[in-house]
Amino acid sequence: MSSNQGALPSNSSATMELMDERSAQSIESLWRSAIRRLGKNKIAVVSAWFLIALILIAIFGPMLMPYNYAEQDHSAVTQGPSRDHWMGTDQLGRDVMTRLVFGARVSLTVGFVVELVILAIGVPLGAIAGYFGKLPDMIIMRIVDVLYAMPNLLFVIVIMTFLRGQLDAGSGGIFASISSLDARLGGLVGVYIGLGLISWLTVARIVRAGAMSLKEREFVEAAKSAGAGHRRVLIRHILPNTLAPIVVASTLGIPGAILYEAGISFLGLGVIPPMPSWGLMISEAIPSMRSYPYMLLFPATALSLTVLAFNFLGDGLRDAVDPWMKR
Amino acid sequence: MSRSAYTVRRILLIIPTLLAIYTMTFFLIHSTPGGPWSTGDKPIPPRVLEKLNEAYGLNDPVWKQYLDYLKNALRGDFGPSFASRSRTVTDIIADTFPVSLKLGVVAMVIAVVVGFSLGTIGAVKHNTFTDYLSSFLAIVGISTPSYVIASLLVLLLASTFHWLPTGGWDGLFSTKVIIPALALSFYPAAVLARYTRSSMLDVLSSDYIRTARAKGLSERAVIVRHGLRTALLPVITVAGVVFADIITGSFFVETISSVPGLGRYFVSSISERDYPVILGTVLLFGTVITVMNLIVDLIYPILDPRMQGR
Repeated sequence: MSSNQGALPSNSSATMELMDERSAQSIESLWRSAIRRLGKNKIAVVSAWFLIALILIAIFGPMLMPYNYAEQDHSAVTQGPSRDHWMGTDQLGRDVMTRLVFGARVSLTVGFVVELVILAIGVPLGAIAGYFGKLPDMIIMRIVDVLYAMPNLLFVIVIMTFLRGQLDAGSGGIFASISSLDARLGGLVGVYIGLGLISWLTVARIVRAGAMSLKEREFVEAAKSAGAGHRRVLIRHILPNTLAPIVVASTLGIPGAILYEAGISFLGLGVIPPMPSWGLMISEAIPSMRSYPYMLLFPATALSLTVLAFNFLGDGLRDAVDPWMKR
Repeated sequence: MSRSAYTVRRILLIIPTLLAIYTMTFFLIHSTPGGPWSTGDKPIPPRVLEKLNEAYGLNDPVWKQYLDYLKNALRGDFGPSFASRSRTVTDIIADTFPVSLKLGVVAMVIAVVVGFSLGTIGAVKHNTFTDYLSSFLAIVGISTPSYVIASLLVLLLASTFHWLPTGGWDGLFSTKVIIPALALSFYPAAVLARYTRSSMLDVLSSDYIRTARAKGLSERAVIVRHGLRTALLPVITVAGVVFADIITGSFFVETISSVPGLGRYFVSSISERDYPVILGTVLLFGTVITVMNLIVDLIYPILDPRMQGR
């Protein structure tokens, strides 16, 4: 603690800075104790290590593979696991393990990027609705209500068909510039936008609820009376205090995005072949799963384990920040 | 606001919600490149194409098509299907939706039985191995998509052991319903189990349960007669949404198990740009979801007297 504690600083900008610092300190210590609690949750820790390993595989794995994910070897189609192909080859003679490892890259980037899109839309809209209330709140919440009533999967399918059509045609406007990037990334940009557009509702609701209850609290009043503007109050005081539920929702939102991507790729509306996606690999394996079950089992296991790990970690995080939220 | 005023307001709110859903879907599918006639193996002669567009009003300005379809839809006429021109959307939905609905009801029954039991057992045996096992099963159910479960079930029960048929549909009372219904029920069962467990834990630590135990009731009577009744109330709010989820989730399972339901039809109508079928299906599912939410919100205070004063 500084020596001038108790004596009010003479100018208000110093007061505001002191308040910012205090609020940052108390939030930091809350996080530290939450992480300590998380560390005691064995299954969450195992999941975290699994995910770290998976991230490393996704980054470096494709470089270590002797094959390319699109490389077809017509002399070696539908071969079971062997020394040359540890997880066998598919109908086109492509190495399943290479595609699986590359699929990890696809799934994880989809999870993280979509979550970023969700936060970029949901956090500001939720904060504005909750903090300002009145008309902005009404407009934003009406949109949220309507989107909630949309049949989710149907909406994803309609939006993805629309985006896919626009991006494939590369037809003028904003789509022209995105379309070349999308083509280079095998349709992933379309997936990011489409899934982000439909999944921001929960985050917006959480942030709104947080902002609504926090704006009445003493420390926010204090910051305001010290002369802090809306932007400063929102960024320095309200958002850091809603961070815990946002982090929990995001950890649980990532597996949601991964499952959605796999689902729309399964239906042929997600990534563009030959780009591998676990969902696409599963759907390619199903017609011949009786003869070549390994083609189904590897991507299905990878997908379920990854989603499982994120869910365990998210549950663990929620339990870990629980005492803090009940404060 | 009085209850009846609230009810009327909620019912009236369905109208703008469905209108917004219709508007969004309409403009999204109409601005998607490609038309309903562009699929198929051989190209359609331009003159025929022109006639088709003329006959189905596709040459009209988009806003006119928007209003025309809306006017007809309000009268219950969702137009002819573009893909199979002799049938109307209403015919198709009348053929396929009951199939999805029956499958969904079977899946829901499985989900409710499994979910409630798993959740209750977890809460009663709180922090024991049984609790961890049931929580683990629930989280596995949430993490595994229906198409993975469906294909694994087919692989295991149909292809390997030949206990069940691989697919098809013969109505409710046939072994063909088992695999798709099981696959569909996994996720909702897991969701219900998680909600039941946490709600049951709350209830079991409450005062009146302690009273019931103190007056010497058997543990079984305490849980079944006093605990479950209160604990299941909040779960019911989720169950409505979960049922809507089951019906929309049937796309994958119907495709894998060759069930001739609306889900499978919808997936093909999307690639065929069958505008009327897409709009009809989205509106139908949107109505199901909004009505489900409404019913849940309205019956909840009736079931839970504590909510009536609010």
